[in-house]
Amino acid sequence: MSTVSKLLSHILLLLLFMTCHADDHYQPLGTPANQLSQQAQWNLSISPDGKDLPTGKGTAAQGAKIFSVKCASCHGPEGIGASADPLHGEVGTLTSDYPEKTVNSYWPYATTLFDYIRRSMPINAPFSLTADEVYALCAYILNQDDIIAADIELNEDSLPQVTMPNRNGFIVIYPDKK
Amino acid sequence: MKDSPPQSRRQFLKKAALGGGALAGTVSLPVWANSESLEFPDDLPDWMRKPGGDFSNYGQPSPHEQQIIRWISANPDAPGNGVSWTPLHDLQGTITPNGLHYERHHNGVPDIDPAQHILLIDGLVDKPLSFDVKSLLRYPMISRTCFIECGGNSNSGWRSNPIQSQAGYAHGLVSNAEWTGIPLKILLQEAGIKPTAKWVIAEGADAAALNISIPLDKLLDDAMLALYQNGERLRPENGYPMRLVLPGWEGILNVKWLRQLRLTDQPVMSRDETSQYTELQPDGKARQFTFVMDAKSLITSPSLGMMLPDNPGIYQVTGLAWSGRGKITRVEISDDGGENWVDAELHAPVLDRAFTRFSLPWHWQGDYAILQSRATDETGYIQPSREDLIAQRGKHGFFHYNAIISWEITEEGDINHVYGF
Repeated sequence: MSTVSKLLSHILLLLLFMTCHADDHYQPLGTPANQLSQQAQWNLSISPDGKDLPTGKGTAAQGAKIFSVKCASCHGPEGIGASADPLHGEVGTLTSDYPEKTVNSYWPYATTLFDYIRRSMPINAPFSLTADEVYALCAYILNQDDIIAADIELNEDSLPQVTMPNRNGFIVIYPDKK
Repeated sequence: MKDSPPQSRRQFLKKAALGGGALAGTVSLPVWANSESLEFPDDLPDWMRKPGGDFSNYGQPSPHEQQIIRWISANPDAPGNGVSWTPLHDLQGTITPNGLHYERHHNGVPDIDPAQHILLIDGLVDKPLSFDVKSLLRYPMISRTCFIECGGNSNSGWRSNPIQSQAGYAHGLVSNAEWTGIPLKILLQEAGIKPTAKWVIAEGADAAALNISIPLDKLLDDAMLALYQNGERLRPENGYPMRLVLPGWEGILNVKWLRQLRLTDQPVMSRDETSQYTELQPDGKARQFTFVMDAKSLITSPSLGMMLPDNPGIYQVTGLAWSGRGKITRVEISDDGGENWVDAELHAPVLDRAFTRFSLPWHWQGDYAILQSRATDETGYIQPSREDLIAQRGKHGFFHYNAIISWEITEEGDINHVYGF
């Protein structure tokens, strides 16, 4: 090989190397995941707009039955707390000397209730509840303080419409305040 | 102010005073008798007269140190929901051993098979991507020593009566480690960040599928996908096979067992950013998205559970200081409940958003004393008194308690937790 052709082949190799390694000196190894990203198990988070809520429905009466079987052992038969937190009651206590932060007194969004129950409750069997059961439990808890009426059916459309009593109770600190 | 120069405080010794002269007269080294004899003295210890133990594949602490443990506080009905506290009062230096790093689990420690675990980055990106562990281990990595502190650390401080727990068992939901992993910016850029993305919902692969929103800016700034902790792969209880590390930000955001980062334009308003980790103030409004852990310090020795054996005696007052806003620039110590303060020595290296060890020799004369430490960080922020913190936030904030911690020294040398004068 002549010196010139050696040089040329080196330049070629160098160019090839640079193409493979982009300009950050590492190889991008992510796998395209368009399909994965659509699957239900990768869409668990429910925002206040409720757009990722699954189809389903439930009422407070249905929720009461599920509650007594699957929730009461930790949250108490009335849902006002045992080894786990109280879920309802105490609405309006946040400015008192003994404020109680229950779902109904403190949580700003009803969608959070669906999100949290589905992903982590009951604590001994997360992801064991059907969407209907989760809607029913949400309805049961919210109805305890008349945030929704007893005859309201919660579903993917009605749940995001629920206005929680403490909806405007939060001051966002990041990024402007200390 | 009330601060007086160090030389006016006779109890705190200048370093020079601790030199040879001060102690030489009192120290006597053991001398073996029969130094001319070839026979070994009978009182040589056993462990010098027979071969020692075997090699070990993975070393363990001395059996004589078995009492140095994390203190577990969990829900009896759901034993995977609770915390364990780092015994800060039993440790020295700044690095928390991996087996003693604090824990906060919402539903136990998952036993994750790394061959089956992936991280999905999706949402407002050009192309959703998944990464397996093997691939991630090939990316360029950085190492960073920083503390991680639970937003609920020290929350007993809000109570009306000072809790009588050892320093680490009241304030040890904070630990400090060298984390090694991939700057998150690299992985996010590979997926391509859409201009509308402002938040990232991080989700863990535990049995709580913990989810929480993090500002995208933080992930692009100094966040890391950590794979190693103090040189070895993450411990299961610290997120194996991968976790987020967000230097200086509250523990809950440093999501363990990370499985997904979804880029969004709004926070998801999950349970752990609404009902928890928000601070209720007296006017009924709650502070939300209070990510940064403010400067704090803690005297780890002498502290509750110890006692001062010699009266009078010289004691090394030592402890830890840290700030989520940068480096610690100053730690002052008071022995009179905050009337007078003396600068402690900061031990190198003083790192950004990491534990800084401080110390100061203290000559205790046997008087009643209240020992306190007060940290200042490089932004000029000064750790508040409990009185000032409560004046600012009320008593029901629960999270982000960083007030000055006071140890009462009785004339008998016993140590109690008090709320200062």
